Amino acid sequence: MAALLAFAGSAFAGLITPEHGGSRNADEINDLYKVVLYVAIVVFVGVEGTLLYSVIRFRARKGRVAAQIRGNTGLELGWTIGAALIIVVLTAVTFALLPTIKNPPRSGPAGLQVSADGVRYAALDQPAPPGGKSLKIKINGQQFVWRFVYPNKAFAYQTMVVPVDTTVTLDIASQDVDHSWWIPKLGPKFDAIPGYTNHSWFKIPASAIPKGKTGVTFRGQCTELCGYGHANMVAFVRAVPVDRYEQWVARQKREIDQGNTDAVKQRSQFNPIPSQ
Amino acid sequence: MATTEYAVRELPRPQVLARDVDRPARARWLSWVATTDHKKIGILYMVTAFVFFMVGGTEALLMRIQLGAPDNTFLTPTAYNQLFTLHGTTMVFLFVVPMMAGFANYFVPLQIGARDMAFPRLNALSFWLFVFGGVVFYASLFWSPPQAGWTSYPPLSSSAYLPDGGIDAWIYLIHLTGLSSILGAINLYVTILNMRAPGMGWSRLPLFCWSILTFAILLILALPSVAAGVTLLLTDRHFGTHFFDPTQGGSALLWQHLFWFFGHPEVYIMILPGFGIISEVLPVFARKPIFGYRAIAAATIGIAFLSLLVWAHHMFATPLSSVVLAFFMLSSMIIAIPTGVKVFNWIATLWRGTIIMKTPLYFAVGFLAFFTLGGISGVMLAIFPIDWYVTDTYFVVAHFHYVLVAGAVNAIFAGLYYWYPKVTGRMMSDSLGKVSFWLTFVGFNATFLVQHSIGLEGMPRRVYEYPDIADLHVLNLISTIGSFILALGVVVTAYNLVRSLKTGVPAGPDPWKGNTLEWFVTSPPPENNFDAIPRVRSVEPMKDIRRQVERGADATAARRVGGPTPKVRA
Repeated sequence: MAALLAFAGSAFAGLITPEHGGSRNADEINDLYKVVLYVAIVVFVGVEGTLLYSVIRFRARKGRVAAQIRGNTGLELGWTIGAALIIVVLTAVTFALLPTIKNPPRSGPAGLQVSADGVRYAALDQPAPPGGKSLKIKINGQQFVWRFVYPNKAFAYQTMVVPVDTTVTLDIASQDVDHSWWIPKLGPKFDAIPGYTNHSWFKIPASAIPKGKTGVTFRGQCTELCGYGHANMVAFVRAVPVDRYEQWVARQKREIDQGNTDAVKQRSQFNPIPSQ
Repeated sequence: MATTEYAVRELPRPQVLARDVDRPARARWLSWVATTDHKKIGILYMVTAFVFFMVGGTEALLMRIQLGAPDNTFLTPTAYNQLFTLHGTTMVFLFVVPMMAGFANYFVPLQIGARDMAFPRLNALSFWLFVFGGVVFYASLFWSPPQAGWTSYPPLSSSAYLPDGGIDAWIYLIHLTGLSSILGAINLYVTILNMRAPGMGWSRLPLFCWSILTFAILLILALPSVAAGVTLLLTDRHFGTHFFDPTQGGSALLWQHLFWFFGHPEVYIMILPGFGIISEVLPVFARKPIFGYRAIAAATIGIAFLSLLVWAHHMFATPLSSVVLAFFMLSSMIIAIPTGVKVFNWIATLWRGTIIMKTPLYFAVGFLAFFTLGGISGVMLAIFPIDWYVTDTYFVVAHFHYVLVAGAVNAIFAGLYYWYPKVTGRMMSDSLGKVSFWLTFVGFNATFLVQHSIGLEGMPRRVYEYPDIADLHVLNLISTIGSFILALGVVVTAYNLVRSLKTGVPAGPDPWKGNTLEWFVTSPPPENNFDAIPRVRSVEPMKDIRRQVERGADATAARRVGGPTPKVRA
């Protein structure tokens, strides 16, 4: 039974258990989900089995008389306490696994070496990663595209490029209506609500990149209704080795700066008022 | 009058007959429009709600057609957003709640031995406010229907993003149906508190009436919050206030708190009367007293109390501190205890009974089997790290349809088949009822079981299209096919409801050997219900009355009325 369930867990990721494999918090959510699912299956099978047995076994037949039972205090207390115990166990498991889901870990040796720059949270009071080393990316939701702003002020739309083995902490905000940031394989989702900053993190292991490939891409999309384009507000996170990331982010910065300079130049050409 | 004659011949003794009241004859339609009779109002509620159920179901089918294939172009994104807004709002505010109000209107006075509701005219006002709410809302079809979902979160629902009148129509719907529900709730509350038959103490109140009492209290406590919320939204939209406008110091999250402080109790407002119906149907068809009457009544109150303390579990993905997350996780999970107690008690009611396999029992067992699944997925959603993954996906859609379709709709169907003979005097076709049960059973699970997987594979709710990745196509196709089987099952019951009016077998006053006082009077009951109100000596007054008759305690009266006791259809 246990082996079957373990098999089910790996073979049906997505079908009966959450997607995972992109980040430790996603894996831990999957583990927590599986524990709860096993308990749920036991409860469900127990309830359905008893129900089905009762309906088949106790049908009206000739000569059968219904037992006029009005209750049984011992039994009723028993299943109340039983239900309470299940809740206690599930709560205990949740809080045992919570820290690894909520708290960002340290970036790995192959990760980007960045300096400490303040606290990040999955919940508001989540502690900073030990040593404080993380790459902080600001996510901005708008109708109907995601914008990602990097520490060097480079930005990108729709596809977020990140280095592997690096703790990436996210500041999630919105400039218009509610959105929600979610990449299933990278774990939890968090709402982007105008006027608030929400926090999350992920850390993609180097092993996530398949052999012979230069990177790995995870798909996700906005999960809070944001208008007619909601279904098309997709997001991709592309994880690449650190050196490739550094090249990419430097080029992105260079091109944006170049674009800005060009735009200023172009505007001045068409400006009817001569500059003084 | 035909029914009166029928009653003379067929009623079980000791029956006290109602006298006809002489009234100037009115046009038939006027007698419905101007009625203050709780039974006519109850029928109006139920029929109107059922019509809205069919409308809301049609909207769902249109959405399922769109989602039957990836990248489908059957509907535009705007039309799709309008449809799910109409569907959700209709099912919650125009179907389930008014349907439960209809059952309550018709059966609470009969079950407690009252001649009408405490405030008959207020009762009529409640019904007409509900109708006007529905009319105002659906009038938006001719202009621009709302498209921000049944939750209408600002800023999307603010005039900056959706300036057309759809959201305003939605706001008026909430105001009108909300007012209707509050007035109806006050009426039911006062009726149950003050108009019970002599001898009907709190420990003899039928469990359906317990659930309606709780339903009324929850409505009175929860509705003001959303009424305030939509009023603030209305002034934001039209009078320049900024309650929910973050660019002017307002808070978009404030809406979510106001809405869900109402919205979560609303779930229990929809399901508790269903619990009540199940608690009536099971003992009658198991020929056994309800197991643990006090525990079920106490669990009803417990669920209602807890339901007021769990609203933020709809907001786990918003910025909240860990303490808040933990609190709402625990309070939500604790609800599983009284709910579990009820499920166990219901199964124990069947245990060692002699179960009569009629349609109401089928739907009641369907309720037990699959509401349980909705309850279990509810516990999963209450665990906030899991919720962070599955919230706002099809997993949630599957969860609340298990609660509201497998739960509330199965209970409603059980109630319709159970009480139809009382309301019309005729039985519904049992074989058609079973066909309807199996179709809805198969259709429902095909539609919604796979939606758990659709959600786990990462498909968010409220999207008009999805790419052809993972198993999304095949799973969505199964769901779409299932939805049409489910719809067919509903149509069979709708047909059965209409057809049985003419062709149903005459039911007599007590076709099921019921336990409660509505089975004491003729079917349909006379306008004033009871001439003499029987004294209640236990939680199953009809059992006492039947026993009394069997003992021949009232033999003289029996001879006077004449005729045999009607055969019980078992």
